[in-house]
Amino acid sequence: MTERFVTRGFVGRRSSGGPEDVASRIPPGQYITRDFPVLSAGPTPRTPLEQWTFTIQGLVKQPLSWSWQEFQALPAREWTVDISCVTKWTKLDMHWRGVSVDTLLEGVEIDDRAAFMIAWSDGGYTTNLPLPDVLNGQAFVAYEYDGAPLAPEHGGPARLVVPARYFWKSAKWIRGIRLQAEDEPGFWESLGYHNRGDQWREERYSGD
Amino acid sequence: MARPLDWQLATVAGVHDETDAVRSFSLTLPAWTGHRPGQHVDLRLTSEDGYSVERSYSIASEPERAPEVDITVERIPDGEVSPFLHDVVVPGDRLEVRGPIGGYFVWEASQPGPLLLVGGGSGVVPLMAMIRHRARAGAMNPTRLLLSSRGPGEIIYREELDRLSATQDGFQVAHTLTREQPPGWSGYARRIDEAMLSEVLDPLGREARVYICGPTALVESAANALVRIGLAPSQIRTERFGPTGT
Repeated sequence: MTERFVTRGFVGRRSSGGPEDVASRIPPGQYITRDFPVLSAGPTPRTPLEQWTFTIQGLVKQPLSWSWQEFQALPAREWTVDISCVTKWTKLDMHWRGVSVDTLLEGVEIDDRAAFMIAWSDGGYTTNLPLPDVLNGQAFVAYEYDGAPLAPEHGGPARLVVPARYFWKSAKWIRGIRLQAEDEPGFWESLGYHNRGDQWREERYSGD
Repeated sequence: MARPLDWQLATVAGVHDETDAVRSFSLTLPAWTGHRPGQHVDLRLTSEDGYSVERSYSIASEPERAPEVDITVERIPDGEVSPFLHDVVVPGDRLEVRGPIGGYFVWEASQPGPLLLVGGGSGVVPLMAMIRHRARAGAMNPTRLLLSSRGPGEIIYREELDRLSATQDGFQVAHTLTREQPPGWSGYARRIDEAMLSEVLDPLGREARVYICGPTALVESAANALVRIGLAPSQIRTERFGPTGT
């Protein structure tokens, strides 16, 4: 539509947006929630920690795998980030603890052809991200939320968190990453959702 | 790449109260490409000064009704969008809509086999699109809806569900009322649990496809219970319908 349409009688409730600095943190089409909504396509997988591993494979010289205990021993840090879900909610200042993707990749020698990262999870979920979009502190694997172990329905024991993308890119129940030369649409990316999913460009659906 | 999902100007063709707090809106769309039952649309409201909000709503109607689609909206008292839709929108109004969206929580009559639908409150909406499509397509696959509502006055689509349940085409509805039951109530009277799911699932068998939609607690407990009963996680598709959907 070239001219902006105005909905008859709609005023909205901008007062709830809060001060200007908060408003500037809300991507287009999003609203603030104080809850932590849960969205998933199937039952919540439950892998016992003693069977849990995290694997890096694909275009690396030597694949690498950590047990839960080994993963806990990796250098971790606290992260406070804003999260936006494609279903329209945005939650500000979410506190996580986890390991950056940079730290994970320090353990492997990456092939020069590697350009994309596929995150895969228990239950068969996958999501794709260009490698440059997850480096330099832009993504981490979290295992604590708000000072407590990450709950299963929120992706525990560990989930990927990529704050600069819609939350479906933050794969719950992550078990590993695969580096590839070619891009490969993941679960939602194959079902009509945007391949990149940048919430500031409102890249919700394929073609946006 | 893919064809963009453009915003289009839908005309409100009709408004229908389902319960005290739930209302359906029939929208006529100028460039509708059709949907699959279970999919949703995005709705955008814009004020005179350019402020706008968006929400997602499941489609309640069957694809055979195209280019008209129904959405069913629960009025969330402190919400920003649902009170506007309930209190302001009347037939003849126009609303910006785009869709259809979502490709996993969908069922079509071309998919054979028994079907178990589990809904909580307004989580019944996308399931209703499947039920209406099934009836319209003349499918005879054994299908059961287990619907959890708070009280007798809060059962969405009650008359239509009871009518469809009486047609002997293989569809049956089982109700549970969690807070308030009328005198002589013969349905379930508790939250959905493993025993209830076992009973409802039993005639369908363990191979049934399952779709669950409702509040997070209901979806989590129902999906977990069905996995404990022995269904494969891949048979179970879920969608959340939380109180944040204002």
